[in-house]
Amino acid sequence: MPIIEAKNLSKVFGKNPKQALKLLDQGLSKNEILKQTGNTVGVNRASFSVEAGEIFVIMGLSGSGKSTLVRLLNRLIEPTEGSILIDGEDLSNMDKKDLRNVRRKKMSMVFQRFALFPHRSILENAEFGLEIQNVPKEERQEKATEALQMVGLGGYLEQKPDQLSGGMQQRVGLARALANDPEVLLMDEAFSALDPLIRKEMQDELIDLQATMKKTIIFITHDLDEALRLGDRIALMKDGSIVQIGTPEEILVNPANDYVEKFVEDVDRSKILTASHIMKRPETINIERHGPRVALERMREEGISSILVVDSKRNLKGYVTADDASSAKKEDTRDLHAILRTDIKRVEKDTSMNEIFNIINGSPIPVAVVEDEKLAGIIVRGAVIAALAGDSEVNLDNA
Amino acid sequence: MLDKLLDFIPEIPIADWTKEFTKDITDTFAFLFEPIKEHFGNFMEFVSDNLMLVPPLIIMLVVALIAFFITGKKLGLAVFSFVGLWLVYNQGLWEHLMDTFTLVLLASLLSVIIGVPVGILMSKSRIAEAIIKPILDFMQTMPAFVYLIPAVAFFGIGMVPGVFASLIFATPPTVRFTNLGIRQVSKELVEASEAFGSTGMQKLFKVELPMAKSTIMAGINQTVMLALSMVVIASMIGAPGLGREVLSALQRAEVGTGFVAGIGIVILAIIIDRFTQSANEKKDE
Repeated sequence: MPIIEAKNLSKVFGKNPKQALKLLDQGLSKNEILKQTGNTVGVNRASFSVEAGEIFVIMGLSGSGKSTLVRLLNRLIEPTEGSILIDGEDLSNMDKKDLRNVRRKKMSMVFQRFALFPHRSILENAEFGLEIQNVPKEERQEKATEALQMVGLGGYLEQKPDQLSGGMQQRVGLARALANDPEVLLMDEAFSALDPLIRKEMQDELIDLQATMKKTIIFITHDLDEALRLGDRIALMKDGSIVQIGTPEEILVNPANDYVEKFVEDVDRSKILTASHIMKRPETINIERHGPRVALERMREEGISSILVVDSKRNLKGYVTADDASSAKKEDTRDLHAILRTDIKRVEKDTSMNEIFNIINGSPIPVAVVEDEKLAGIIVRGAVIAALAGDSEVNLDNA
Repeated sequence: MLDKLLDFIPEIPIADWTKEFTKDITDTFAFLFEPIKEHFGNFMEFVSDNLMLVPPLIIMLVVALIAFFITGKKLGLAVFSFVGLWLVYNQGLWEHLMDTFTLVLLASLLSVIIGVPVGILMSKSRIAEAIIKPILDFMQTMPAFVYLIPAVAFFGIGMVPGVFASLIFATPPTVRFTNLGIRQVSKELVEASEAFGSTGMQKLFKVELPMAKSTIMAGINQTVMLALSMVVIASMIGAPGLGREVLSALQRAEVGTGFVAGIGIVILAIIIDRFTQSANEKKDE
């Protein structure tokens, strides 16, 4: 069962939201509705479900409704229509008390501009969620300290927020959210106010944290790079509607429409695509069974000038060239070991395109892709260049 | 011809209505006004009598000492307070100073006790804001002398009606600044406190009021200053203190006495102003 499920979630700002919803049914656009009724459609029938332990990224440009959507999830903004299920319970019908309990126990939020309380120390900030649940002071300080240590701020308990850098402030924001030990973290553009280097660092740390703590994270961003780095799945929003939901690969390779495609075009593909996306099935010979003659025969068949050599367990041994094989044939050598070359470059399946490009650029022979020493594929120069040029003929089945 | 048009409606008896209204209130709430007048009057006398029991030198030293510490161990305000208070004593106005101080202190305290909650109410409810705002404008723009009339009707003459008139005149800044301060708390902080499941009270006391504190303090500072400015006016209905000296000097055209009493008010004003302000600044750091 999904931990969070949004069904037809809509929000219209203005005096006559029901009328605007009707017009939406008739297929009018956000702009037309604004002109006709003066109502602004914030979110239009968003439906999605998030599984426990998933990082679900909601991405869109500013004004696309993503920040409204995340606030509908904990009812900081009341939905006009639709329902939100958390652990199967309908949040949209809850009374104030139950809603408060959900906010206290199940969902915490991290804000774009940190929203730390400037009059409270770092520790008191991290304690906040527990304090309003009336957790005894000692217990909540212990938990808050733990959370702060988790984000690497164990030594700053007594400082005030404005004494810390932006990156550190957001760690406090994160610790404040984690101290409650919620099931779900709502992160509203949590890293957007940070400079790029710190942002990367925080992204990595978030991924690590998530791997150990198994929280469900709903992450809002306008930055596709960030979405691709963090997201197990990504929902793309435009004009209040969700345009596409999918894994990063699905969105990159099969953009649902022009809007998504435009978005995707800007992405530096070299950062996203890895060896596994562009490798091909390799031609190999088995060192334990085959000799130079077979090698030559296979090379002639495939029209290639060198061939990879593996053993029966597909462990990569090296390669032989056509020249070496034909002289070995003349000398009547049966064993491939004599002509085996081992100076082949190896990369892992998740090596990024940038690195592969540097490696392959100086190498006349293809690069082997290995996984636990076993040969997984082969990359030729042409494939790298094609991928960097944005050729969508990238083979995702290998991923 | 045109005048006839204007006279189409005869004069509306607003003045009579007000008179009737005030009389009704006086009669209806006499059971309330009488004990207030008596007990509160006694209480105020008790306060100023007690202040009079303390030797002036002790008060001067204590005020100077507090001034020294709240300004971050600087001498300026401490020296000024001491010399200023001494000058008032030297001019034989010490007793009047204590009366004035009592009046200002109690009027300000009541203004804050009433003003802050009303300001909170205003910040929370648009309807309350729409209703209260024009009332505040009215309270502040109506000439302060006018309040003296119902004050006398309700409470007779003396300190109590003085406090009442000061209260009406001096409360608006506290209300306004409390409202403003709470409305100015950043939306993200309010969201943060809600997102973690605060109740309305928790949000108010743990986030909004602490964040609005310096704005509210600025309002209180103004309230105190306004209360002080009412001192002279309130003396017209028999409130004792420096104001009465000023008034009697005015009536007898004695420029010297008037000036001296005026200086006393100025000294008190500066000390109170600096005290309330630096209490605010210090907590901002």
